[in-house]
Parts: sequence; C-alpha cells; structure tokens
Amino acid sequence: MNEFLNVALPKGRLGERVYKMFAQAGFPCDELLDPKRKLIFENPEAGVRYFWVKPSDVPVYVERGAADVGVAGKDILLEYQPDIYELLDLNVGKCRMCVAAPNGFRDDPDRTLRVATEFPRIARTYYGARSRDIDIIRLHGSIEIAPILDLTDVIVDIVETGTTLRENDLSPIETIVPISARLISNKVSFQFKHESIQRLYDDLKAQVEAKAKEEAAK
Amino acid sequence: MDFDWSILRSGEQTIYRLRGLYEKYGYRRFKMSKFEAYDLYVRNKDFLVSDRMITFTDARGTLMALKPDVTLSILKNTRPEEPGPRKVYYNENVYRTDKSGETFQEIMQTGLECIGDLDLYHIYEVIALAVASLASIHPAYILNISHMGLVSGFMEAAGVDPADYGEVLSAVREKNMAALAAFCRDRGLSGTVQSLLEKLVTTYGPMDRVLGELAPLCVGGKKTREAWEELRALCDLLKANGLESRVYLDFSVEGDMRYYSGIVFRGFLQGLAAGVLSGGQYDGMAEKMGKKCGAIGFAIYLNELERLGPAGTGLDADVLVLYNEGTDLGELTRQVDQLTGSGRRVLARRSADGLTVGETIDLRA
Repeated sequence: MNEFLNVALPKGRLGERVYKMFAQAGFPCDELLDPKRKLIFENPEAGVRYFWVKPSDVPVYVERGAADVGVAGKDILLEYQPDIYELLDLNVGKCRMCVAAPNGFRDDPDRTLRVATEFPRIARTYYGARSRDIDIIRLHGSIEIAPILDLTDVIVDIVETGTTLRENDLSPIETIVPISARLISNKVSFQFKHESIQRLYDDLKAQVEAKAKEEAAK
Repeated sequence: MDFDWSILRSGEQTIYRLRGLYEKYGYRRFKMSKFEAYDLYVRNKDFLVSDRMITFTDARGTLMALKPDVTLSILKNTRPEEPGPRKVYYNENVYRTDKSGETFQEIMQTGLECIGDLDLYHIYEVIALAVASLASIHPAYILNISHMGLVSGFMEAAGVDPADYGEVLSAVREKNMAALAAFCRDRGLSGTVQSLLEKLVTTYGPMDRVLGELAPLCVGGKKTREAWEELRALCDLLKANGLESRVYLDFSVEGDMRYYSGIVFRGFLQGLAAGVLSGGQYDGMAEKMGKKCGAIGFAIYLNELERLGPAGTGLDADVLVLYNEGTDLGELTRQVDQLTGSGRRVLARRSADGLTVGETIDLRA
C-alpha cells in the first residue's frame, strides 16, 4: 500500500482536467477516464493510485491520510480549513467567491444582513472583518433562489461565468476571494513519500509556469 | 506467573517503555489532579490548543475545568529558584474539543518538561529523548525542527511589518507559496525579499544538509545568526550520537511567537495521518507566568497509536470450551487452566452462539 502515491481527485470536469496534468507529470493511469462506476484506479508501474471523490471531501481524505495528495478548490480549503500543506496553485478551475444580490439591491446597515450560503465560515470571516451583523442561513444548493423568495438579502457563493446569477436577476456586488484548484498534501505523507510528492510538485509547477508564460505571450 | 506484556495495547506498552526511558534520564513522574481552577486556563488561553473546556463548580463554589493541558499545571507548580532544572514527565488525560469544536475528546498524553536554567545540553537531551521516544514506538519516524528565532529573524530581515507576521506564518505553516506570493504582491515587497521569505516555505530536509544551505542567509542578522548557531550546535551533538539522520529542518512546524522563543518540533510516524509528538521551548509562556527561566518539553498523543500495526485477531477467544449440565466440572476447570497456562485466551460457555473463536473443545455430555 505504501509504495503507491494515493491521490484524491474531485469527481467531474475539474478532476479530469487535473488528471491530465498528473499524467503528464509522470503519474498516468488512463483507466481512470473509462466512464464506468469504478472509483479506485491504480497503475503499479507509475506507483500511483487514484480515487474519485466528492470535491468537498478531498481535504478530508488528505487530512486523514487516506490520500497522500489531492486537488481541492480554494473555496473548500477556506471553508473546511484542513490541517494540510497547500503546495501549489494549479491555476485551473478559476472562479470567484462573491457576494451576490438581486439587481438594484441596496444594503441597509440598520438591519441585520441575511446571508444564504454553502460557505458559512467564509461568509462569517468576511463580514466579521467588516464588523457587519449578519444572519447566516446555511443552504446546500440552489442558493440563488434565497433572495428571490426573500429568505435572505444576499448570497455568498462561487461565481464562474455569472450566467446562473443573471438568469435569476442577481448580480455579484463584491468579490470576497479568487478561487482556483490547489495541490494539497497530507503532512505525514509529505515526510514519508517526499520524493514522489516533490517530483509531482516540481513537474506540475513547471506545467503551471509554462502555461502562464504561454498565456502572457498571447 | 510471568506477566504477558503482549496483552497490553500499543499505547499502554508505549507508556511503560517511555516511563522507563524518561526515568533513566532523571525525570520524575508528575502526578496531577484531573482538574484545575478555570482561571488558570482563561488567563493563558492563547497557549492552549483549544480554548473550550468542560467546566463545573466545586464544593466551595470555585469554577473548575477538566484539564485541557498539562504544561500550564507543571509550570504553575515550578519554582525557578530551585537548584538545577526541574525535570518531570507525566502520563495524563487531557480534555479538548475535536476539530469541529462540537464534541469533547479525552486524549491520553505522555510527555516531559525541563524547566529552569537551561543550557544546550538540556535542549539536546529533550530533543534526543523526543527522537528516542519516536524510535521506541515505530522504526519509521521523522522529527521536524524549526527555530522561532530563525523564522522571526527572516521576517525582520525581509522588513515584514510585525502586524503581518501572522499572515506570513500561516503561509509557512501550509507551505503555501501562492499565499506568500500574494502577500508579497499586496505589500509591494521586492523580488529579493520575496525569495528570502520563500526560503521559509521551501526549506525542508535533513538538518545537517539544510543548515549548510541556509548558512549564507543567516550570517547578516544577530537573531538569525544566533538561532542558526544554536541549531548547528544541536545538530553536531545529534550527529555525534548518531541521532541526526531522521531529524529534519522544516519551518512549517509552528509555535505561537508570543510563547515559543527557540526550538519547536513535531514528530511523525509512518502509517499515522497526523503528527504524534509536539514540543518546543516555551520561555515566553514561563515568563508570562512569572517564572524567569527557560522551559522546554514535548507531549506525545497516545490515542492515535492504536492505529499503528496490524488490527487484532478478530477472535473473541483462542479457544472456546463448551460444557453443559452433564459435564464433569473438574475436567472443565482442568482444561481451562491447562489452556490459559499455555498462554491462550479461553472462554468456557454453554453455547457458541455469536462467538468467533480459533478452536472449540466440546465437553458437553
């Protein structure tokens, strides 16, 4: 078990995109892209084992050592605050954590601001720094509906293109933090599988830098 | 009858092994009450891993707390004017909330403290005992060391505003180069300054090698030079005693700069998900409690150790001896005595229902 580098990838498009970077870095396992229901894949020659897990669970797998490394969005890391190493910004899966409100919204500082979000810690930290009194309502999806039904005044959520917001007559009014996918590592695995993790890190870093140069040259 | 040590769980065996180790080096056992006045922890809550406590009112109306920490109790009961450093070890339960902050956990902890007029020997001894403790639990271990003087010296040399130390330390703790780069960009720090701070994130490896690499960066400032020299001297002592190969320098080992002034360290064992040993020099905390002396110690979290090694046999007993009303009880007791005498775990029952056993002897008539 220990000779493998165990990697937790987020299910979905981001995970598939990131896997290609891992494969290019010398950790291929093409069976992974086979659209079957299997969740664990390994390539003994490359010494790698991949798991597909729910994106918000990646830090749990890594923090608890079931995975040595993983890829998680910065939003998940800020919300969950796992005790892990955040080794590299992979510069993919880019979006923003925003406050969004119905078009024409005006904040009334006399009243407690009602906030719907899947990210209560991020919302609390953001408004706490502004000493703003808020009432957080934790939802688990379809956040955009909350201000429309007057459940809340605003929402704190991830905005990628803004299409869903526009279609529901909402617009982003403040950016809390830019989000992107991060390479994370378990702290103990970093010690005992250092060589593999360092090799993966160095190659991924080179890929990220090469892509940044390419984009800058455009 | 010889005592069968194998019946002890991994954590229990470790406690006895470590007691023997610490006593050999002149550490005396410190036995303490399960609770302390709540006030002690409130006044020093930043020193605690978790500031939430289980409290109750005692018979005299004083608000008490189940101990969330051991070091504060030891420090409180230490008189710096006593000759020679006070060397104690302990084996106590502490009560802290889990990561969610919603549930309290009882955590079995063993460790030691060395408090008083400390010199390099005492620091070496504590680090060497941390190494020996880890080695006695598992052959694959690593002890990571950092030095708060070196970390703060680097930040001073880089001209970081002390108000921003927390942000830089957070990036260092996470080995988060992206966060450090964003910090430098936001503060308008130069590329040279950024690369100096990046050393705090990227430095990792065997102490002997890494100290050599860091040397040119540490000669300029008094603080960094002194910290580097202290680490160098410590490393030389570890080397002289064949203990340096698994001691790594890593600045992501954290310690609150208000309390930890010198060396801080954290120990890891292969196969466990988190560090099991945590320690450091907490002269700042000693000073805050009115003790003008040095202090260093470490704790080992024993709860995690049950995850080490293979799981149990999964058997309720090695041998099940079945009997009924017609069984000769003399024969039954003789069989049981014979089997237990040969070191096997035996259950004598009237039925095998719900049991998983290695072997069954049926004495039913």
